[in-house]
Amino acid sequence: MGEVQLPPIDYGALSPMLILFAAACLGILTEVVVPRRLRNGVQLGLAMIAVVAALVMVVIERNTRTITIGGAVAVDGPTLFLQGAILVLGAVSLMLIGERSIEKGGAFVAQAAVTVGSQQDQQQAAGRPGATEVYPLSVFALGGMLLFVAANDLLTMFVALEVFSLPLYLLCALARRRRLLSQEAALKYFLLGSYASAFFLFGVAFVYGFAGGIQLDVVHEAVADPQRPQILLYAGLALVAIGLLFKAALAPFHVWTPDVYQGAPTPITAFMAACTKVAAFGALLRILYVAFDGVRWDFQPVLGVIAVLTMFVGAVLAVTQTDLKRLLAYSSIANAGYLMVGVLALNEEGLSGTMFYLVAYGFSVLAAFAIISLVRDADGEATHLSRWAGIGRKSPLLAGVFTFILLTFAGIPMTSGFTSKFAVFGAAVEGGQTWLVIFGVISSMLLAFPYLRVVVLMWLSEPGESTPAVSIPGFLTSAVLGLGVLVTVALGVVPSPLIDLTREASQFVR
Amino acid sequence: MEQTVEYAPATGVLSGIWLLVAIPLASAAILLLLGKRADRWGHWLGVVAVASSFVIGLVSFSALAGLEDGARSAELSLWDFIVVGGLNVDFGLLLDPLSGVFVLLITGVGSLIHLYAVGYMAHDPGRRKFFAYFNLFVAAMLLLVLGNNYVMLYFGWEGVGLASYLLISFWYTKPSAATAGKKAFLMNRVGDAGLAIGIFLMFTELGSTQYADVFNGVSSLAAGTILVMGLLLLLGACGKSGQFPLQAWLPDAMEGPTPVSALIHAATMVTAGVYLVARSNPIFSANTTLQLVVVSVGALTLLIGCVIGSAKDDIKRILAWSTVSQIGYMFLGVGLGGAAYALAIVHLLAHGFFKANMFLGAGSVMHGMRDQVDIRRFGALSKHMRITWITFATGWLAIIGIPPLSGFFSKEPIIAAAFEREVTWEAWTFGLAALIGAGLTAFYMTRLFVLTFHGPARWTDDIEHPHESPAIMTIPLILLAAGSIGAGWLMSTSVPDWLNPVFGETAEEAAHGVLSHTVITILSLLVTVLGAGLAWALFRNGTATEPQPAGALVTAARKNLYTDAFNEAVFEKPGIYLTRALVFLDNRGIDGVVNGLAAAVGGGSGRLRRLQTGFVRSYATSMLTGAVLVVGAFLAIQLGWLA
Repeated sequence: MGEVQLPPIDYGALSPMLILFAAACLGILTEVVVPRRLRNGVQLGLAMIAVVAALVMVVIERNTRTITIGGAVAVDGPTLFLQGAILVLGAVSLMLIGERSIEKGGAFVAQAAVTVGSQQDQQQAAGRPGATEVYPLSVFALGGMLLFVAANDLLTMFVALEVFSLPLYLLCALARRRRLLSQEAALKYFLLGSYASAFFLFGVAFVYGFAGGIQLDVVHEAVADPQRPQILLYAGLALVAIGLLFKAALAPFHVWTPDVYQGAPTPITAFMAACTKVAAFGALLRILYVAFDGVRWDFQPVLGVIAVLTMFVGAVLAVTQTDLKRLLAYSSIANAGYLMVGVLALNEEGLSGTMFYLVAYGFSVLAAFAIISLVRDADGEATHLSRWAGIGRKSPLLAGVFTFILLTFAGIPMTSGFTSKFAVFGAAVEGGQTWLVIFGVISSMLLAFPYLRVVVLMWLSEPGESTPAVSIPGFLTSAVLGLGVLVTVALGVVPSPLIDLTREASQFVR
Repeated sequence: MEQTVEYAPATGVLSGIWLLVAIPLASAAILLLLGKRADRWGHWLGVVAVASSFVIGLVSFSALAGLEDGARSAELSLWDFIVVGGLNVDFGLLLDPLSGVFVLLITGVGSLIHLYAVGYMAHDPGRRKFFAYFNLFVAAMLLLVLGNNYVMLYFGWEGVGLASYLLISFWYTKPSAATAGKKAFLMNRVGDAGLAIGIFLMFTELGSTQYADVFNGVSSLAAGTILVMGLLLLLGACGKSGQFPLQAWLPDAMEGPTPVSALIHAATMVTAGVYLVARSNPIFSANTTLQLVVVSVGALTLLIGCVIGSAKDDIKRILAWSTVSQIGYMFLGVGLGGAAYALAIVHLLAHGFFKANMFLGAGSVMHGMRDQVDIRRFGALSKHMRITWITFATGWLAIIGIPPLSGFFSKEPIIAAAFEREVTWEAWTFGLAALIGAGLTAFYMTRLFVLTFHGPARWTDDIEHPHESPAIMTIPLILLAAGSIGAGWLMSTSVPDWLNPVFGETAEEAAHGVLSHTVITILSLLVTVLGAGLAWALFRNGTATEPQPAGALVTAARKNLYTDAFNEAVFEKPGIYLTRALVFLDNRGIDGVVNGLAAAVGGGSGRLRRLQTGFVRSYATSMLTGAVLVVGAFLAIQLGWLA
């Protein structure tokens, strides 16, 4: 056996991920060691401390630009910015996940076999604490996402993809209400996710065959060499892209989104809508900008068509939705299309605009789902649109906040929705992709309709018998709502500090 | 005439000129915001606000007078108002000799009319609101004359337009008042649009709207540009001042309470157009064609006003048409240029006194005659309303220009200046127009005066014994009467000297007119006495109380020389049809397309929804199809089938 040469490892640059993975392992130990009644507090505390510590490390490492552990991980501007974004949005999601005061027993079921109304469920409602595995699972998912946006070779990226996907499949199944819907969603997500992973892996094999390596810089150099088998390159690129497009929920790989968003526990839906989106687009950006930018003229039109298709599928289907969580799912699909417009600008403005969009959208969508978790009746959340009729008369503050968030989604000026759309569309025009912007604007116009329909329903309809009561938000949910609205306003009125930050961070290392 | 315009920064007392605008504005805000709580004392707050502005105006004015001859101006930049790209607009004020006299006129006459309104509006439930709007008007008017750039002027311009609209339709439950308010607003819009475009043009051509920059830059502009800019400003001025062709709204504006007519539609706001032309004198003096247009507008309007005024029977309408006509004289003056700028301003100030005096007098008459406005229904009031009669008489003698009352000193020089035009045909045309106007003015004002105060009583049956108005109304009348008597004599030489820095040094040239100055003075006195004597002889014994058949000219004059009919046929009717056509297009065309699209999207959405079956197998199929298409597309590109 020959001497194994250990590659140099920059532990500082890796520390955010290491902290999260260690905390997740500790969390599993906690499940064993700490008594049940203390677990919730300990787990939430542990998870929050880990996320904050990781965030601190990201800030400390903010000037690091390096490729480490044998070329597997790249820590550069986009990595650090996206990791910071994932951690901040993750912390906010954890607050939603940790909320226990809205419904006694929390939103998560203790054990998979417990059904609604069963004896165990009633015990949980009576005060027996629910499951706390959600915290280590969420922290694992967050760790995987951090690795995903930092991965500098395709296999590391695949591993990271699985590391954050598997906990998400589980988390989707944990809703305490509507158990069957939740379990169905989890199973669908798992099956289709595995299917997409297979595409990704297949693509990695093609790329390896083409380039003779899986590191992104190796691929980049191989792309410049016209002697290599081009069919392998394009097949590989297409299949790798499909794996990522699935996670980012772009048409026609979006089909899982509405079902999963609807079935998953609302805090998990919020988590996915905010953090998974950042991770998926982070990886997509890195692959397209670092490895395949040599064939940008070839993938731009194909992915452009996908972006347009996504925007229109999201916008058109949102029009007839009757369930708010599904409506927001389609809205998130359409937003994935707008993000893709920024990605396809393929310039620094595109990169910084996309990153800005991810942060802005993440905060708004977290606030939106936080509100959905508040409107409920005896059977849990009342997500059917008809139940929201006239809710503005009953709870003007809540309806006002929701109206504001919907206007943000519609891209009204003075909100972050406007500035972020402006950022990606502006970058795309500069990158010569005006046609994408035209379709983007048309579809935003369509998309304004479903949002405004909800606004009209909330304010101008008479409250019916079935209009549910609005729960008083607990401290954590109030914090999420407050933060979401604050950031949405701030990024709409004074976006320049964050835009500057994204500009500084818009250089990949290769 | 190469001279640079410079304004000295405000110092000392003069740095407080912002209070002039701020005090009435704050008072208006308080009155409007407090609502009913201010009902009991609100009107006094309004009076005090304007009176304190007057005091500050006096102090500032004397401070200004104390400055050295060359540097008699005070510019105060409060803050940057609009900063966009190359456009930089100050929120700045400028007190110079011209704005100084306007400040005194507005706050001085304004105070008296506010005081009078306390009595006049005593029984009106909306008195507090009235004073709020009144204060708002004063603030806006002061901003108009005190601004140091055209945008500030426009700001005040729109402000007085708003206040005027609110006050004309103050009794908005009366359909005629509501309509009159709308008419004034719409016709002013035409002028305002002209002014706005003029300001835009200034910005594009000169890069600034500050007075100093604009006036210094005028000499570098092409003649055509100056002409267009001046015509646009003139359009604005015509709208606000009721000059041809935008004169029709002013007489209708008499639907408002009488103090409004006195303050806004006689003494101050309607002279804003004269102020605009006078302020912009470097622009207007730079182009002779432009001056000719201004002079023509003035001459035509003064004749129109006189002719229509002679045929009307409503006391306030006659006064309104006389206002139109007198402002015509002022336009004539500012159009003549040179020394006549100052003459126009003198006439404007004198007019402010005697017209406010007569309007308030008319209000006093109406107060005693149960709001009757038809002069055929007055008569013999001199015995019952002595103070009103005497004060009104001073106004009447002033306007027709009997020496030594103010009108003689202010109007006669304008007539003389008109005869001094260099081109002979112009001198004769405009000189004669002004002279004929003087005769007609004497005729219809005497008719008004005689029918109201003398001859047999022709009152309606419900009036037993007309009474004199209370002291709070007669005291302002007396003060204004004093002004009507003395103002002209006091101002005839002092004001032109005072205004020299604004209009440039104009050496008193020997008259080169087609007629000598003495001849003109004699002629104008002659036509005045002729007109007044004719009217006295005709109406000494009263008149019929019903409309009489009349010749073509009188019928036309009764119908405002068909200008309303013209507006209706040329602008209103096509406008209505255009609106209808657009509404039709909107309903059928645009809404049809929009609704159709919406239905299409909805239908498409419903169909696409069915693809979302909920079965994993169909989802997987759609992903597979997508994957095949994407891979296919990439390979197609690679093989050169696409792109």
